[in-house]
Amino acid sequence: MPVLTIRDALNQALREEMLRDESVFLLGEDIGLYDGSFKVTRGLYKEFGERRVLDTPIAEEVIVGTAIGAAMAGLRPVAEMMTINFILVAIDQVVNAAAHIHYMFGGGIAVPMVIRAPGGGGHQLGAQHSHSHENWFAHVPGLKVVAPGTPADAKGMLKAAIRDDNPVIFIENEGTYAVKGEVPEGEHLTPLDRNEVKREGHDLTICAHSRMLVVAMDAARELEQEGISAEVVDMRALRPLDMAPALASVRKTGHAITLEEGWRSFGIGSEIASRIYEEAFDDLDAPVARIGSAEVPAPYNKRLEKITFPGKADVIVTARALLGRN
Amino acid sequence: MKLDQRETVRRKNLLADRETLLGLYREMLLIRRFEEKTAQMYQMARIGGFCHLNIGEEAAIVGTISSLRPEDYVYSNYREHGHALAKGVDPKAVMAELYGKETGTSKGRGGSMHLFSAEHRFHGGYAIVGEALPIAVGTGYAIRYREKPEVVMSIFGDGATNIGAFHESLNVAKLWKLPIVFVCINNLYGMGTAVNRASAVTEIWKKACAYDMTGERVDGMDVLKVREVAERLVEQARTEHEPSLLECVTYRYKGHSMSDPDTYRQKDEIKEWQGRDAILALGNRLKALKMLTDADIERIDQEVTAQVEEAVTFAEESPEPDPKDLYRNVYVEERR
Repeated sequence: MPVLTIRDALNQALREEMLRDESVFLLGEDIGLYDGSFKVTRGLYKEFGERRVLDTPIAEEVIVGTAIGAAMAGLRPVAEMMTINFILVAIDQVVNAAAHIHYMFGGGIAVPMVIRAPGGGGHQLGAQHSHSHENWFAHVPGLKVVAPGTPADAKGMLKAAIRDDNPVIFIENEGTYAVKGEVPEGEHLTPLDRNEVKREGHDLTICAHSRMLVVAMDAARELEQEGISAEVVDMRALRPLDMAPALASVRKTGHAITLEEGWRSFGIGSEIASRIYEEAFDDLDAPVARIGSAEVPAPYNKRLEKITFPGKADVIVTARALLGRN
Repeated sequence: MKLDQRETVRRKNLLADRETLLGLYREMLLIRRFEEKTAQMYQMARIGGFCHLNIGEEAAIVGTISSLRPEDYVYSNYREHGHALAKGVDPKAVMAELYGKETGTSKGRGGSMHLFSAEHRFHGGYAIVGEALPIAVGTGYAIRYREKPEVVMSIFGDGATNIGAFHESLNVAKLWKLPIVFVCINNLYGMGTAVNRASAVTEIWKKACAYDMTGERVDGMDVLKVREVAERLVEQARTEHEPSLLECVTYRYKGHSMSDPDTYRQKDEIKEWQGRDAILALGNRLKALKMLTDADIERIDQEVTAQVEEAVTFAEESPEPDPKDLYRNVYVEERR
């Protein structure tokens, strides 16, 4: 199987879907002539032209609105937000319009669109370019929210998102574009509503998505060496949130850590922990431990930034504490 | 032919077309009677939520929307009962939606501010000021993408022209040459704030200049004038892919919504505008042209009133949504 980066896996998914379905088009800031800020759309403008790879002004509200209105007239737009932080400029379009249109118009029309948005910090980009806001969107009925952390899932979920008839928020991470892995060629679809165990273990369960999945896998490998067997559950399907693999895992291990790159309060981990308490309370040997970023606007200074975002060491320390092995 | 000559011909054609003129008259009267009934039913608590009436704005609404073809799209705001009716949506379905019934345009899930009909390409009422303009842009893009001879009419109030989305939308509509007519129903007040207290430029049509776009201002109390200009701008959008901004200066006789005590406007001002009533004016004009008699006017009134009564009966007798369907349509379930 070919080995690709997440960046190239995403590019392949876009290209294949554009070849497969003429109603698929891309729009966003500098995705065309410039080849994309993170080069995810590299080469597509040259291949498909400006009609299908539409460079827009820096105007997020009209980018998302254009995607909605095109979807309501039968196209399948894929809008790129340069970073998820910029989507907040367009949050009215995403929440009040895209998410609600199908329901508030009595099911009379669908909004089949994808918004791709990379989040995440660690590149000294400061408070307005470094955050992870997937929980904002995972809160909203009518949206689907996915956050893959492997190249195969990146391709499979993006293809599935483009074919889905609902608005899908597709979370990427600037820190994972270069992550490599095997990617099936051609038709490879990953369901948007299935989470799965990415690494088996029996001592504790780590629930993570996107870049934190990579961190969790690293941590699990290191924990193995000190005799702790960690099971890693990929929470790539955030809304609808598929809890089945996480619950099955917790029932087996009795210990759970939630790991996310965003702030803990009212976060993804809060939701996962609540569901575990509701569904598997009696199977727990200890309270669920939540790991997230420090509750500060991301600082620019490298030293401060390093202690702001969670990393492998945080997972290892938390795992030991949870199992009482200090 | 020069533009002003074309206008003259168009006006002559319009004035000679009795069927069209009577159609405009009937449509305006239907909206008037429908909204009067709506107010009554709201006061009787048959209709809930917020409820914004079109009374006074009928000429602006009918003059613009009647210039469209069935395959053209309308995007509207929350004061849109009349917009839906003018685009051909069944009054029964509109009234049923106001009642929150399963037979309503949006199955009772939308209400007064969220009417919708895919069949009529009435692409919805949106209740966030200015929100639908970017969405109309997207439909305009889809029309160009598919090379269809269709037009989008995006209708909003004067208040929407102060919001960022308005400017973003006009910019790209012109930049991408989209077949969109932006229609500003300028009723002189954004809720309780007069246009000169909210906008640095009180002649809204001038805002088109910033985007090198055609901008026009028309007397929104004269349905024929509105129709003439709208026809031309719709044609320009359809054949030349040139978007435009049309400002219809009009007035809402009632408050912003049913719960507005209307303390910010002078009684004399309201009276003055009512003295220019578009429906009365067209009726008188058609009488002068010998196209209508008092008896005709009486008959048309009885007919539209009966239509409205029928809509109320339909709404009253329609079923409520079933509670077990609360979660239906949060997502589209069938995959393509």
